[in-house]
Amino acid sequence: MESALGLHRFHFAFTITFHYLFAQLSMGLALLILILKTMALRTSDEHYHRAARFWIRIFAITFVVGVVTGIPMEFQFGTNWSRFARAAGGVIGQTLAMEGVFAFFLESTFVGLLLFGEKRLSAKAHWAIALLLWLGTWLSAYFILATNAWMQHPVGYKLAPGGEAELKSLWALLLNPWLGWMFLHNQLGTVVTGGFVMAAVGAFYLLSGKHQAYGRTFVRLGVTSAGVASLLMLFPTGDMQAKNVARHQPAALAGMEGMFETVRGAPFAVVGQPDMEKLRMDNPLLIPGFLSFLAYGDWSAEVKGLRAFPRDQWPDQVPLLFYSFRIMIGLGVAFIIVCLVSWFKLWRGRLFQSRGWLWVLLVTAPFPFIANTAGWMAAELGRQPWLIYGVTRTAEGASFNVSGANALFTLMGFTGMYAVLAILFLYLSGREIDHGPEPQADAGDNLPH
Amino acid sequence: METLWFCLIALMLTVYVILDGFDLGAGIVHFCVARDDAERRRVLASIGPVWDGNEVWLLAAGGTLYFAFPLLYASGFSGLYLPLMIVLWLLILRGAAIEFRSHIAGPLWRPFWDFVFTAASALLAVFFGAALGNVVRGAPLEADGQFFLPLWTDFRPGPQPGILDWYTILVGLTAFLALAQHGALWVALKNEDPIRGRARRVAWLAWCGVAGMTLIVTGATFRVQPHVPERLSQQPWGLIFPALALAGLLWGMLLQRAGRDALAFLASCLYLAGMLASAAFGLYPYVLPSAGERQFGLTVYNTAAGPYGMRVALYWWIPGMLLVALYTWFVYRRFAGKVRLEEEGY
Repeated sequence: MESALGLHRFHFAFTITFHYLFAQLSMGLALLILILKTMALRTSDEHYHRAARFWIRIFAITFVVGVVTGIPMEFQFGTNWSRFARAAGGVIGQTLAMEGVFAFFLESTFVGLLLFGEKRLSAKAHWAIALLLWLGTWLSAYFILATNAWMQHPVGYKLAPGGEAELKSLWALLLNPWLGWMFLHNQLGTVVTGGFVMAAVGAFYLLSGKHQAYGRTFVRLGVTSAGVASLLMLFPTGDMQAKNVARHQPAALAGMEGMFETVRGAPFAVVGQPDMEKLRMDNPLLIPGFLSFLAYGDWSAEVKGLRAFPRDQWPDQVPLLFYSFRIMIGLGVAFIIVCLVSWFKLWRGRLFQSRGWLWVLLVTAPFPFIANTAGWMAAELGRQPWLIYGVTRTAEGASFNVSGANALFTLMGFTGMYAVLAILFLYLSGREIDHGPEPQADAGDNLPH
Repeated sequence: METLWFCLIALMLTVYVILDGFDLGAGIVHFCVARDDAERRRVLASIGPVWDGNEVWLLAAGGTLYFAFPLLYASGFSGLYLPLMIVLWLLILRGAAIEFRSHIAGPLWRPFWDFVFTAASALLAVFFGAALGNVVRGAPLEADGQFFLPLWTDFRPGPQPGILDWYTILVGLTAFLALAQHGALWVALKNEDPIRGRARRVAWLAWCGVAGMTLIVTGATFRVQPHVPERLSQQPWGLIFPALALAGLLWGMLLQRAGRDALAFLASCLYLAGMLASAAFGLYPYVLPSAGERQFGLTVYNTAAGPYGMRVALYWWIPGMLLVALYTWFVYRRFAGKVRLEEEGY
């Protein structure tokens, strides 16, 4: 990791992971706020208006951190990955610029109106602002995922004599077959995060005996949305995504599974440790034939192991890839169980009194962030050793003119800066949660600035 | 097609400087025009609903630069690694300062964020100016179009320059003064006395500095980058751009003396646009000249993307920017007139 390349990789991984903690929460909350605003509009009940306002306040803090940590991402293609920027800019520059033109302007215009415009707009117009903001945040994700999908599965381009990728078809880039399922899977992931955070805040209110009515609304909406999204993440989106990997990135699949030998009726290892010296799985707990079924829908299909590929095409972090994939799936299944139990208790009318289960909802809140991060690590580590799958290697993409020492310096700077942002975020959102959704005399002077 | 995208990106960057320029400038003059918390809140409320949208112009321009001239983006961003990272940190701190200040009404909390806001705004203005200075002066490009600039060497714009040398520092100071004036005029326009009176005095002081620095920087530019006077003598119609800047400067003086805040602000816009257009015209067809071997300089031709991408992008860029113009018009219209603090948010 002390090499310049390792530092550039870690630099990008660290800044994108931190950024996405906030981006996923704002995208999930944007949809939940729209749902609350819709309920408020349909029932004309002040309760839902206040609930929506409360989450808009949390959203605003999250959005700020998401925006300021998002700006470095666009710069880093050029600063730390200039060889890649040069090779791919003609293609992915399009989607990144489209994000700026179509999504960022939409978001930045309407976030201010959502926050400060309610008194001056009709209820319907304010609802429409919430809709536009939700569209803006999800559109942003679409363009970023189109960029990533092209790196995972490059389409619609040709290589110029100098090795630079030139765009051949904008539609192919925007309708990449990799993109659709990935987008849905990813966006459902943001809803799981938003839903569980909302449910946890509701559970906190119910457990601590304050803001009870809001606590019930938040728990109900939270577990409903997180549950629906968790189920859809498993099937069909996760399933189709896995089949895409099996079809287009067989070496990545072998790495995710830590599978070294090619077998028919491949088992799925629930746990285990891939041993990279002896090239075998230690302490595996296997479900026979399940991997073949997941990848190809056939319990006896052949799944290629890593040995079927030249060593220089193996993902370079197999154990980390293997664990990330398992953490994502394990947590995804756990979320489904938590939500199904919550639904059952809700149906029997016992959820809000069940202190033990409310505690479970409260402590679940951090885990969707971990699951989404692990999912992205699985996707990105699985893509290795390629930066553009099958075209450009990661080792060829970094800025050779930026030394490891410079990358280390700015990595340290970002670490410090982001530690401050994290503390501020937790402190300010904690205060908002403590104040609760009711209008309060001591909640500052309620002014924009 | 290359020239068209060069003009469009120059236009986007000009809009960025004019729009984000006034909120950076408001940050620079924040402590000079506002004495207590209520006044400072007014200054912040003058940029509150728009600063984020203004900053998006930088991102949109960066993205457009990326797909139209990928080699320039790759070379420039990695070669200017350190100052860009410092700019990013300043943008992060400034965004946090503007948005987090209002959350807590504490006697330590708010002055702290006011200070961060001012310091980050001032440094950003200097760094953006210095960045422009670096582009005009040129970079020590290698044959493969790459370079890496240290923060400073011997402070001389020779063949081995640093980010900061006497020339780029001069441009940085000019930018600082020009944006201070721009921001002070905006604050004057959006507020009543006593903030307006103080802002007008600051704007006038800044104007005197800008006028002097403009002369010095223009002279220095002709010396540091001989391509600029060559261009102007080959195509004298380009003199219209410096003439516009000069007109903006002089008109600004008259209007400031007459107390016409809105028109004086427009004159300042004209000045900024004229100066940036002059720089773009003077450099063309270079986008990053070479400080050493002249043939290594990056031009619109040797950095451009493929022809299909350039052409197809017009189909989404034009409607996209029309939408942007619509949002911008909408949000500025809602925000027209003097700042009123009784508008409640959450």
